[in-house]
Amino acid sequence: MKNIHVSTTINGDDAEFVCAPEETLLDALRNRLGLSGAKEGCGTGDCGACTVEMDGRLVCSCLVLGAEVQDAQIKTVEGMAIGEALHPLQQAFIDHAALQCGICTPGILVAAKTLLERNPDPSDTEIRYWLAGNLCRCTGYDKIIKAVQIAAADMRGA
Amino acid sequence: MQYMKPQTAAEVSDILARSEGAARILGGGTDLLVQLRSGMIEPETIVDIKHLSGIADITAEDGGLRIGAAVSGQKLGEHEGACAMWPGVVEACELIGSTQVQGRCTMVGNLCNGSPAADSVPAMIAAGAVVRIEGPDGPRDCAVEDIPVSPGKTSLGKGEFVSSVFLPARPKGAADAYLRFIPRTEMDIAVASAAVNIELAEDRTIKSARIALGAVGPKVVLVPDAADAIIGSKLEDPAIAALVRACEAACNPIDDKRGTAEFRTTVAGVLAKRAARIAMTRAGENA
Repeated sequence: MKNIHVSTTINGDDAEFVCAPEETLLDALRNRLGLSGAKEGCGTGDCGACTVEMDGRLVCSCLVLGAEVQDAQIKTVEGMAIGEALHPLQQAFIDHAALQCGICTPGILVAAKTLLERNPDPSDTEIRYWLAGNLCRCTGYDKIIKAVQIAAADMRGA
Repeated sequence: MQYMKPQTAAEVSDILARSEGAARILGGGTDLLVQLRSGMIEPETIVDIKHLSGIADITAEDGGLRIGAAVSGQKLGEHEGACAMWPGVVEACELIGSTQVQGRCTMVGNLCNGSPAADSVPAMIAAGAVVRIEGPDGPRDCAVEDIPVSPGKTSLGKGEFVSSVFLPARPKGAADAYLRFIPRTEMDIAVASAAVNIELAEDRTIKSARIALGAVGPKVVLVPDAADAIIGSKLEDPAIAALVRACEAACNPIDDKRGTAEFRTTVAGVLAKRAARIAMTRAGENA
């Protein structure tokens, strides 16, 4: 087994790590780079807890090899807040109790952020379909949908 | 295990041929990584094909579209030309997995994974799509319906891999549609599926058609009898009834907890009927 050296960009910063060929991006983020925001739920792309953005597209980081992100642009939940200022989605999730155990929350926040960048005014149905790959078994989805709508309105300046 | 990222098709083919079956192609990875982690496969080499020239591109060719093996479902869905020309293929592809999976999954991966329930495969077959296969003897083209053999098995030879799918040009007055049945509203695997592609004549009768069914046998099947049942018609009731009978006759499904064989057979006929009506309406709209 030969370890692979990877240079990439994470949340706008240059990052380097060394990983095994079979190691996933999720494991590299958590174990090599100390970015533990992305969570391992199912490990098979079903739950979305490990969601990150890779070159502008949402991916399950458990379904990406660490070696594949050479020269890629990765965005994780750690990059959402600016300093101490939470992203409007993060604030809305707290204010409206759209979270409980929290394992699913980072993935949902990253996914919702990408949705609002593409569609600043999504319908409830559009949000539900977009987040269909993110499973939450605590809060139920209604509070999450509501929080995304409130954050979207906030970001539109409504 | 080693991870390789060759730059040319010849290199990929060479690695595959030399590895004696112990190498696996990585395109989108949404099937491969699941199989790796579950221990279903233990390859010696992972061959990442995303660094081949043009592999992630959608390009116009002979009035149709060539879709590289690493084009994600989401990228295909964002391509206006593909959506306009082959709406059924795009909607089939966009039913695969979640937003996250759509960011990575590919039509070629869907095909080469060999599942009889693969959503994009019936649509590609109905479209008359042709894949470009690279191999030790250079490139060759093959109809999509000749790729799947049985669950998990394809007809690809030693050292061969699929580098792109070609969706042919189509005249005015032609359109396609894809429908599947799942017990949920999303994020599921087809219990039965049907793709219909129709071309209308000047008088709005069906001039040619291709119909394919998924998840109702060991591989996705083209059903020429179902197409023959509607050619020459305007999709009146007798033609529809004959189409449904032909589809049901082509089914050889399994019986499992997600659907009995009888249920799958009935649903396949219903889906084919509905998909035919959607394709007919779409074809009429762009005649």
